[in-house]
Amino acid sequence: MRFLFKTNYNQDIRIAKHSGYYWSYGLLLLIVLAAPFVLEGYYIGQMTQLYIIAIAGVGLMLLAGYTGLISLGHAAFFGIGAYTEAVLTGNGVPLPFVEEPVVFSFVVSMPVAAIFSALAGVVIGIPVLRLTGIYLAIATFAFALVIEEILSRWESVTNGYSGLLVESLYIGDLELTDGPPFYFLCLGMLLLVLLLSINLLRSPTGRAMMAIRDSEISAQSMGVNLAQVKTKAFALSAGITGLAGALFAHKLGFLSPESFTIFQSLELLVLVVVGGIGSLHGAIFGAIFVLALPQGLAILKDYLPVAIAETPGIEPFIFGLILVLVIIFEPYGIYGRWLKIKLYFQMFPVYKKATFKRQKAYMKSERLK
Amino acid sequence: MQLVIGGVSIGCIYALVALGFVLIYKATEVVNFAQGELMMLGAFLAYTFISILGWNYWVGAAAAIVCMFFAGNLVDRVFLRPVLGQPQFSIVMVTIGFGYMARSGAGMVPGWGTETYAISTPFSSEGMQLVPESMGSLVISQTDVSVIVATIILCAVLYTFFTHTRLGIAMQASSQNQLAAYYMGIPVKAVFSMIWGISAAVAAAAGILLAPTTLIDTNMGFIGLKAFPAAVLGGFGSIPGAVIGGLIIGIIETLAGFYLPPGFKNVAAYVVLLIVLVVRPQGLFGQKTG
Repeated sequence: MRFLFKTNYNQDIRIAKHSGYYWSYGLLLLIVLAAPFVLEGYYIGQMTQLYIIAIAGVGLMLLAGYTGLISLGHAAFFGIGAYTEAVLTGNGVPLPFVEEPVVFSFVVSMPVAAIFSALAGVVIGIPVLRLTGIYLAIATFAFALVIEEILSRWESVTNGYSGLLVESLYIGDLELTDGPPFYFLCLGMLLLVLLLSINLLRSPTGRAMMAIRDSEISAQSMGVNLAQVKTKAFALSAGITGLAGALFAHKLGFLSPESFTIFQSLELLVLVVVGGIGSLHGAIFGAIFVLALPQGLAILKDYLPVAIAETPGIEPFIFGLILVLVIIFEPYGIYGRWLKIKLYFQMFPVYKKATFKRQKAYMKSERLK
Repeated sequence: MQLVIGGVSIGCIYALVALGFVLIYKATEVVNFAQGELMMLGAFLAYTFISILGWNYWVGAAAAIVCMFFAGNLVDRVFLRPVLGQPQFSIVMVTIGFGYMARSGAGMVPGWGTETYAISTPFSSEGMQLVPESMGSLVISQTDVSVIVATIILCAVLYTFFTHTRLGIAMQASSQNQLAAYYMGIPVKAVFSMIWGISAAVAAAAGILLAPTTLIDTNMGFIGLKAFPAAVLGGFGSIPGAVIGGLIIGIIETLAGFYLPPGFKNVAAYVVLLIVLVVRPQGLFGQKTG
């Protein structure tokens, strides 16, 4: 058991709480850096996808886990990011004052894609952020469906259901969107986003976000500008998700509106919940879960009786089942379980179950106050 | 005018699904994202009774509705009671998870599968002339009439139930403040199970009525998503609101499909939803907040 003696207020907001952090995260960093030199191509691709999903997960986590705003429409921002990237790096965009269509380098296009998504987030955010709880969820949900329809109908830009090819990126002769280079690009982006989030969360804005999550009324009483902070959180979340979308566009190589449906949004939400709501670790764990579940089931199928294994629809069934079980038995998801296991060993043999006891609250109507 | 009639009949289905949303929301303050799936299950049960077992249409439909009442009860007991008292968001996620399970689970049941099915109904799809020939052509099919009539009856029954029976008022009370309701001697948990049962039964009715129009398949639950705008438009906690909202959405959708370019039909309902949420979040008949 480690005791932390705090002698300085700055210790509370330090990123690394004690020296163990350097060892564990340093080791993790070494492993992921070494991974592409050890793993086969297929697994590198899977890891890359994991990072992309994790970025989107972090984006949604900032909103749902830290600000307490539930968005059922994050696939829309994902899609906006992906299409923006594809269009900007594609055949060129006609700009005013420029003779020929401009093809953007990814250095420009990725931030632009993120900013575009963030702007979309602001546009939809300003009107709907006045809503709370379930109304907000429904509003974002409707927004996502509208965006999905736009993506499939705005054929001059998105090419509709016939799909849009995404060009590969090159630096010199090095193809950036495949294999190890893309792996490092995505890993770098993920680290960047994580650092940004960690820093944000220990800044006044991040604290304001968490205050809003815990109680809007008390946050407001403490002088937090609700509308402003919420809009910031929404824009940031949308922007990060858009960045993930831009990377995803290159990963897929071919975009069609079917990749950005409401189910994508739900999957992101499941990621956040199963991973562990309210922690950045949770976003990573959740991404691993979402990605590994279909694979795990595919492996499991070999061992199951044929009658069960061959049934169509077993995957979503188990997906739903796990979601329900997690919420009932482990509301803080995989990360919550990890914390408990860790504490069990730290406190051994005096671990008390009640440490993580959940408080129940009786629900009061939102309609009548 | 012909379009409006078509819209009304679709709108009634939306209204019925929206009613299910509203019932659960009104009593438990939870939005049930699996409402469409409950409808799908109801329709499949009816299909089992009527087409596979060969029962009379009315008996089969009634049996399906009764079964769904108990199924709804069960869903509440198994999935929702353990998370009672958790944040609203957790409960909503449970319903989403249940939706996944129901949708894929129905595909796994032998005899149901992932294909589309039809129920033979006593209503013909033949049109009836509504107004004298001299006033032009205005046709309505028996199926549409059945939908409209059933909606009216259900609404009337539910409305009376909520405003005039002890149980209905108990439900309203537990919606507004669980703890206070509990202190007043209302068995809040039992009330919740009950409301889930009723809501599932309403969903089953919607599914059965919808069956002749869209056929039954495991994905018919997506209609439930269309019922959101209806419920919101009417104000989430209001039963007459849900019905009127459903009708408005149905009519707007049909008109949009006719007058506007393709694509607008699908999103019209959601655009309306967004506008309503921005302009008047409490809906047309909702209670004011704060």
